[in-house]
Amino acid sequence: MQEEYILKATDIIKSFAGVKALQGVNLEIKKGEIHCLAGENGCGKSTLIKIISGVYSLDSGKVEFNGVDQTHQLSPINAIMNGIQVIYQDFSIFPNLSVMENLAYNSELMQKRKFVNWKRFRAIAEEAVSKINFNVDLEAKVGTLPVADKQLVAISRALINNAKLIIMDEPTTALTKKEVEALFRIIKDLQSQGIAILFVSHKLDEVFEISERFTILRNGQNVKDGDTSELDSDKFTYYMTGRHFENKHFTAEVKDEKPVLEVRNLSCEGDYQDVTFDLRKGEILGITGLLGSGRTELALSLFGLKKPTSGKILMDGKEVKLTSVQEAMKNKIGYVPEDRLTEGLFLDQSIGRNIVISELKDLSSRIGMIDQEKRQSEVGRWVDELKIKVADPDLPASTLSGGNQQRIVLAKWLATNPKVLILNGPTVGVDIGSKHDMHAILHELANSGLGIIIISDDLPEVITNCSRVLIMRGGKITGEVDPLQVTEADLAKQVTDVAVNG
Amino acid sequence: MNKIKKLTHQTEFYIFLVIIVLALIIQARSDQFFTGNNLVDLANALIVPALFSIGTFMIIVSGGIDVSFPALAALASYIVTVVLNGMNYTGPIIVPFIFAGAIGLACGAFNGLFIAKMRLPALIATLGTQSVFRGILQGALNAQQINTLPPSMKEFGQSSLFVSQNADGVTSMMPTAFLALVVVVVIAFIILRYTMLGRGIYAIGGDESSANRAGFKVVKTKFFVYCFAGVIAGITGIIRACMMNMVHPTNMFGMEMTVIAAIVLGGTSITGGTGTLTGTILGIFLLTMVQNSLIMLGVPAYWQDFMTGLLIIIGTAVSSVQILRSQKQRKPSLSKAGS
Repeated sequence: MQEEYILKATDIIKSFAGVKALQGVNLEIKKGEIHCLAGENGCGKSTLIKIISGVYSLDSGKVEFNGVDQTHQLSPINAIMNGIQVIYQDFSIFPNLSVMENLAYNSELMQKRKFVNWKRFRAIAEEAVSKINFNVDLEAKVGTLPVADKQLVAISRALINNAKLIIMDEPTTALTKKEVEALFRIIKDLQSQGIAILFVSHKLDEVFEISERFTILRNGQNVKDGDTSELDSDKFTYYMTGRHFENKHFTAEVKDEKPVLEVRNLSCEGDYQDVTFDLRKGEILGITGLLGSGRTELALSLFGLKKPTSGKILMDGKEVKLTSVQEAMKNKIGYVPEDRLTEGLFLDQSIGRNIVISELKDLSSRIGMIDQEKRQSEVGRWVDELKIKVADPDLPASTLSGGNQQRIVLAKWLATNPKVLILNGPTVGVDIGSKHDMHAILHELANSGLGIIIISDDLPEVITNCSRVLIMRGGKITGEVDPLQVTEADLAKQVTDVAVNG
Repeated sequence: MNKIKKLTHQTEFYIFLVIIVLALIIQARSDQFFTGNNLVDLANALIVPALFSIGTFMIIVSGGIDVSFPALAALASYIVTVVLNGMNYTGPIIVPFIFAGAIGLACGAFNGLFIAKMRLPALIATLGTQSVFRGILQGALNAQQINTLPPSMKEFGQSSLFVSQNADGVTSMMPTAFLALVVVVVIAFIILRYTMLGRGIYAIGGDESSANRAGFKVVKTKFFVYCFAGVIAGITGIIRACMMNMVHPTNMFGMEMTVIAAIVLGGTSITGGTGTLTGTILGIFLLTMVQNSLIMLGVPAYWQDFMTGLLIIIGTAVSSVQILRSQKQRKPSLSKAGS
């Protein structure tokens, strides 16, 4: 018997201003399957989805829905009529309107309704949420809901028009582990109702957990497709990046028994209590814990953004009062906030400008003009120091490889010459290749004598990259583990144990 | 219980409270607030700014802004009066209304063209058209004050729904023009509440690209909003002329700030998407009341600007505090979801 495909895209070619985004890509999705579309950022995933959903037009190729050629009828409405719904990363919701209105509008507009019938709105909304047993106040404004609920609103809305295929663009990016689990349950449930899911992701564990088949793209071309069961993590990483990586455990090379940073009985009411630890030169200290465990608040205190209520912080044995960011920087503490590494570059601007952006103040004269010579020498210094391979610092940052882009981002934070560098979730949302590059850079920095603290809930990340890992739970440090002695499952248990009840 | 709680989360409720408190103070101090004459005078003073505020409110909800409407109104009322005077017009009042509405429509479409179709920033575009409208009026047309109006306009301006008289025999009349305000409020309410067009205005103000993806006709809707506001502004210009029994080319200039301030005071988000007609009307009422009634408290006229400014700051601060408060309430639930 011939297998039935809900979607068959063949040999899709699409260029933007002469740049080929897709160079003959194929994607086939069977009815009722969970399919994963993977690839690093910029590989063409989003472009492909937007062609299927009719947002972009294609240059050449063929798109079939349910075995019918639709190449020349592609449009947002056509896709919806054929049961294909896309849930974009921003969910396409109206934060200012009620759940009910958010759910009702798409189908009302599709039927070209001109007048509002609030009773009908309610009926549509009630039916939509009942499909995934979503419990929500229909009158609540969507903007006030947590991210996971916003996503459920988008999912319920997608189900209204008899969806046969739901495309989810990186649906887990902003979700916590628990919310991801709940989402996966819903995806499985939808599958049991005969709905196919195209799950776009670059996160390996998710691909393995949820999908049956996969398609991997790289640089606008198909690299591999097949059953997920044939895939393992090394292969997956290789297909995505075209590179092989070794997961090398970090071991501190520079050892200095005298701690550079000492934290003694530091407390901040309501956030964390009685935190004590040391950080030595050349070591990478991991602090892990769940959201709300106090890890972020602790980091903020170490950078002068949150005033502790009691306790001491010592740098090189001397007590320091970190009352402001300036004070922390003066004491040689650098802090890289969570979203800065992923969004820290102006891709269209030159590499040089990107490097010096955080020091413009030092480079400008009293009336605010930038000293160009000083700027050039500063750019040169950082290019050398960070081993960035650049043809020309005047080229846009987008011409750099992922690893070099990460180096530039870090350059901005290292410009203040810190002795202690605190990174909060350094690789959240970063794709695999860049993540490895980032870790390699951190290893180098530590080996050159910097004390580094990585705050992260990515357990494999802290296990492979830290010399010691502290566990935070409910605002307290509840344990310290040696990463060489602990398995991920063990650590996960220690991190969550009590927090689930408390 | 739930309803009361919901009520206390609405800006409208607080404005209403402020109005009541202020009214009681004025009443206690002057014993003249709750008199027929004062209330009728207030309603009288409310008409023009309230009419302006309705169109502008819809523009702000759609995520735009308009500062050109006083100039537009002045231009429309001037052209209509000059033309009708020139032909010694003696026909019914409906003609100047339609004529002014048409000019307003054309000017509004001009705004809409730049903002909706050509995607110019609304503030810049309407600052530009404001100058253009003023320029046409004062430069090209060399507008002067006109003291004689066509008879039907004069009659309309002097006609009243009822007249209030106090013990001393002083009368205050409720102008027929108040009906125009009522009609416009009802039309705007129906559009905003019961048509997909109106819901589209809110949707676009909330998230334009989401609105586009959902199938709202973003360009058409925005274009409509500027046209609608233009029509209202044109008609308001005529109403103002009738009520004052003259046309003055510049005396409406500057009203844009008071009107926008009143809309924001009424709980409408300046970035679009949220706000209610009720809030807008209450906001306009409060500002009109401050301007009209402070005099009864013996507050010198120049303090009115001060009070107006103070109210706007307090008003917007209250909504900011509410947002902060609701964010704080949400925080624990987020961390709970994470554990």
